[in-house]
Amino acid sequence: MDLIIPTISQGLLWSLLAIGVYITFRVLDIADLTVEGSFPLGAATAAACLVAGWSPIPAMMAAAFAGMLGGIITGILCTKLKIPALLAGILTMIALYSVNLRIMGKANISLLQVDTVFSLYAIPGLELSQMILVIGLIAVIITAVGCYLFFGTEIGAAIRATGCNPHMIRANGVNTDITVILGLLISNALVALSGALVAQANGFADVGMGVGTIVIGLASVIIGEVLFGTRSFKNCLLSVILGSIAYRAVIAIVLQMGMPPNDLKLFTAILVAAALSMPLFQAKLNKRKAAKD
Amino acid sequence: MLRIEDIAKTFNPGTITEKKALKGVTLHLEPGDFVTVIGGNGAGKSTLMNSIAGTFPVDRGKIVIDGQDITKWPEHKRAKYIGRVFQDPMMGTAANMQIEENMAIAARRGKTPTLRWSAPVAQREFFREQLKTLNLGLEDRLESKVGLLSGGQRQALTLLMATLVEPKLLLLDEHTAALDPKTAAQVLSLTTDIVHKRNLTTLMITHNMKDALACGNRLIMLHDGKILIDVKGEEKKHLTIKDLLAMFEKAAGSELNSDALLLS
Ligand SMILES: Nc1ncnc2c1ncn2[C@@H]1O[C@H](COP(=O)(O)OP(=O)(O)OP(=O)(O)O)[C@@H](O)[C@H]1O
Ligand SMILES: [Mg+2]
Repeated sequence: MDLIIPTISQGLLWSLLAIGVYITFRVLDIADLTVEGSFPLGAATAAACLVAGWSPIPAMMAAAFAGMLGGIITGILCTKLKIPALLAGILTMIALYSVNLRIMGKANISLLQVDTVFSLYAIPGLELSQMILVIGLIAVIITAVGCYLFFGTEIGAAIRATGCNPHMIRANGVNTDITVILGLLISNALVALSGALVAQANGFADVGMGVGTIVIGLASVIIGEVLFGTRSFKNCLLSVILGSIAYRAVIAIVLQMGMPPNDLKLFTAILVAAALSMPLFQAKLNKRKAAKD
Repeated sequence: MLRIEDIAKTFNPGTITEKKALKGVTLHLEPGDFVTVIGGNGAGKSTLMNSIAGTFPVDRGKIVIDGQDITKWPEHKRAKYIGRVFQDPMMGTAANMQIEENMAIAARRGKTPTLRWSAPVAQREFFREQLKTLNLGLEDRLESKVGLLSGGQRQALTLLMATLVEPKLLLLDEHTAALDPKTAAQVLSLTTDIVHKRNLTTLMITHNMKDALACGNRLIMLHDGKILIDVKGEEKKHLTIKDLLAMFEKAAGSELNSDALLLS
């Protein structure tokens, strides 16, 4: 029972990452591995700023800005320099590992001694875990509403069309290099923001905290889509957020059932592989059914 | 309206797969010209269109639309002047987006997108009216995803989208080839309606010789990367398939491989 609030709060903080992954993976149709670098980049930037005496909101803005730069670099690599998107993401991710070490000056920074967004704005009577829930909820609502509005604008529609059919949108006069870069920028800003929030909630930033984040993001997106639908963009955003919470719940449950925490990443990878291959098995199943009828 | 001066295009130059797809094509179109383009497989028809649309740069030559030299312009910039319908019905529309959203994008072809709302309610009536002209009942399905439409419906919608903002040049690359005969005939008659009503300067590739003879005021045949036959005006009006075959034999010095073209 006492796991419910932390599960939901973690799900909310990580759902910003999930929305970021949704924007690249589903909207732009790119598997962007920059995420693995921009998540710890956000954490490192926010942590370094907090330790340097910044207050949490500007520190998180700096984190989001750093994430944008990461996204822009991947974007330039894959549009202007024509490097395949997957490889472009890997290159940025590897480069960011060094950048993150430089930003932090060491492999990890503790945030226990500084004011975080959760402690500074603490509401009297609420425990830290409840504060994380409140702030997480606020962050997710702002992000989701912002995304919904943005992707409804002309620029947003052009980005969606780029992922769906680049020929069509170019034939209508849009420079797809720009839309791809913009999409990656927004995605990685959200991922970095997620990293900044998670670091503050956990009380530390660590260079290694990005490992596996792309898979966590994908798991959230896919679980959300399967469980909560994909009817409209609004529905998709909501699904991804709920998917992120559902993913945390699944993790909490398997850990409770006695799975060693070290096996978590293996478990998540298998989960995502199974979910991604589902359409294939479904098609086979349908074929067999059709053959029988 | 369109001036093409001696353009050439070689794919994969200097490799064993080198292919000289265009070997010097010159073509001048007057405003309102409706030109049908025929030629066997691999003759360079699509390459000619893609060169005009800017899908890739040409190796030499010049492309001028309405006095504006666009040879060096990237594809998206040329879209301001050019409307296109592709052979593949999937290519011209965004499947995951609504009919309305697709039309909204087409309605601002050539303009830089802004932060204004993409598909404002105020435009709906206009879209509905436009869709009514297609006679496909799409005016009641503004919010349907385009992916749910049939190939013919998508092609008709693409045609409408390509002409929503009046293009200086309309490029049609075998846009009925992937459709069943009945739908193809419908889309073709829709095409001639739109082109004539709005007097659009048009290049239409077709594999169907009968269509090529029946439509437009000028016909060109490409062969091996060059324009082999160019017929216009009165001569084009009275041209028959037999004439065409004879002209081809005379010009190319060989018999036309009729597998490549639908003769009926
Ligand atoms: N992107 C490309 N890369 C390499 N070769 C190409 C490319 N596009 C076309 N070609 C080659 O150039 C030649 C002309 O092709 P093109 O598509 O223009 O022919 P087409 O006249 O449109 O033929 P079809 O009737 O089959 O559509 C062909 O030999 C084709 O294989
Ligand atoms: Mg072709």
